[in-house]
Amino acid sequence: MSAPLVKILEMRGVKLQFDDKVVLKNIDLSVYEQETLVIMGISGCGKSTLLSIVLGLLRPDAGSVSFKQEDLTLVSRRKFNQVRMRIGMVYQNAALLSSLNVGENVGLPLQELSHKTPREIDSIIDEKLELVGLKDARGKFPSELSGGMQKRAGMARALALDPELVLFDEPTAGLDPITSELINELIITLRDKQKVTSIIVTHEMESAFALATRMAFLDEGTMILEGTPTVMRESKIPIIREFLSTYAAHNQ
Amino acid sequence: MVSLIAQLGALTITLLKELSGIFWMLKETISEIVECIAEHRKPLRLEHFFFQCERTGVGSIPMVILLSVFIGLTMALLTGYQLQIFGIVTLVPAVVSVSFTREMGPLFTGIVLASRIGAAYTAELGAMSAGGEVDAIEGMGIGALRYLVAPRILAIFFLTPCLSIISIVAGICGAAFISNLMLQIGGSFFYDQVTKYLLVKDLMAGVVKSFLFGGIIGVIACYKGLSMRGGAVGVGNATTQSVVTSICTVIACDSICNIIMITFFP
Repeated sequence: MSAPLVKILEMRGVKLQFDDKVVLKNIDLSVYEQETLVIMGISGCGKSTLLSIVLGLLRPDAGSVSFKQEDLTLVSRRKFNQVRMRIGMVYQNAALLSSLNVGENVGLPLQELSHKTPREIDSIIDEKLELVGLKDARGKFPSELSGGMQKRAGMARALALDPELVLFDEPTAGLDPITSELINELIITLRDKQKVTSIIVTHEMESAFALATRMAFLDEGTMILEGTPTVMRESKIPIIREFLSTYAAHNQ
Repeated sequence: MVSLIAQLGALTITLLKELSGIFWMLKETISEIVECIAEHRKPLRLEHFFFQCERTGVGSIPMVILLSVFIGLTMALLTGYQLQIFGIVTLVPAVVSVSFTREMGPLFTGIVLASRIGAAYTAELGAMSAGGEVDAIEGMGIGALRYLVAPRILAIFFLTPCLSIISIVAGICGAAFISNLMLQIGGSFFYDQVTKYLLVKDLMAGVVKSFLFGGIIGVIACYKGLSMRGGAVGVGNATTQSVVTSICTVIACDSICNIIMITFFP
């Protein structure tokens, strides 16, 4: 008998709108421990916005977002910051601090949020940079790195505090196939070896099917499908069929 | 008439929104610092504070000295030529030193810092906002206001009075130089007159105003940077707005301070 699935994140009836434009409509979503949930959808459908809501960068107009049974829409900022320490985020553009070098970027959350000694911080920085294959780039500034290296540095920073949940916003967008594969392998290693739960937002089909243990499809702010990769592949919903077939045709 | 009232109304609403935004930013910065202390973490990294002090203060010294010397020199020259008509040119040291200490030094330093440092703060924070760096800091739970705003505001708040004093000394030196050269007022006489007429309360008035100007410039610059919208053009617009708003606010506050000081501490 398999162990019961433990919910790490739950969104219920989440709604968000900017002025007259409704971005997310009544989103219900559950994320279970140690799974890799891939959220797909066409550009501008609200995928990244969903991650911003999980991280508290945007507040929903309605609904609740719970992390380990704690409703984040009701907690104080202090409590939310404590929750944020357990969530890592890899941004689409890496969002590294341009005034800090790679090592300092990775060490930033450790320096600011933990009580670790400089020596401990130093060794964690080395460990995380080694994990993403950037140990030699520790002293380089973000402007000296390629897009793929910046993403890997962003990943090292997101993992610095050993989060329970990692959010990936388009982790392989705009990267060459080799670097994309490297990042995909890193995400799989995180899931299999470090038991990290991930939510990945992407429209890169190859990465999506390679990484997902479960998938969801967002269309114009509505979650129209949630299920295994097989369910997604065999879906008869027109927009999903069109999305998958267009991608397949594009890659032939 | 109706359109004029509507415009005034819109202007008032914008002003109130900006003011509430500034107060919100200050309140949140303080509360982030307090939360950090409550969690036994360092609220502010000294190296960040000293780095900002270095670029705000030390980096501004040459410009402040250069411009203050020229202003002091011009002020003494023009005042001297006018006073010569009435035969009281010997009042130049007193007039220049008191006006530079109470008014010109702090005001001029404020304008220099609003243009040089306020613009830099806004552009820097604006670019960080546009590049997603501010969100990344916030998303990590570090507290973007505590991390980015607090060291900048504190640096400019504490460094503006120091720069004002440097400006005052430089301005008086410039005045002494030109007075010796063109108004036949010797250096020792100039020094005696300055020490005789310049009072501690004049210096205090200048220093108090400088703290206020520093705080105003820092708060406006950081607020404009963080509330920037719209990429590179937005950064440019926010920087222009920051400099214009800071200079106007500093001059308006200077007038209010002068009225209060002359009325209550004559």
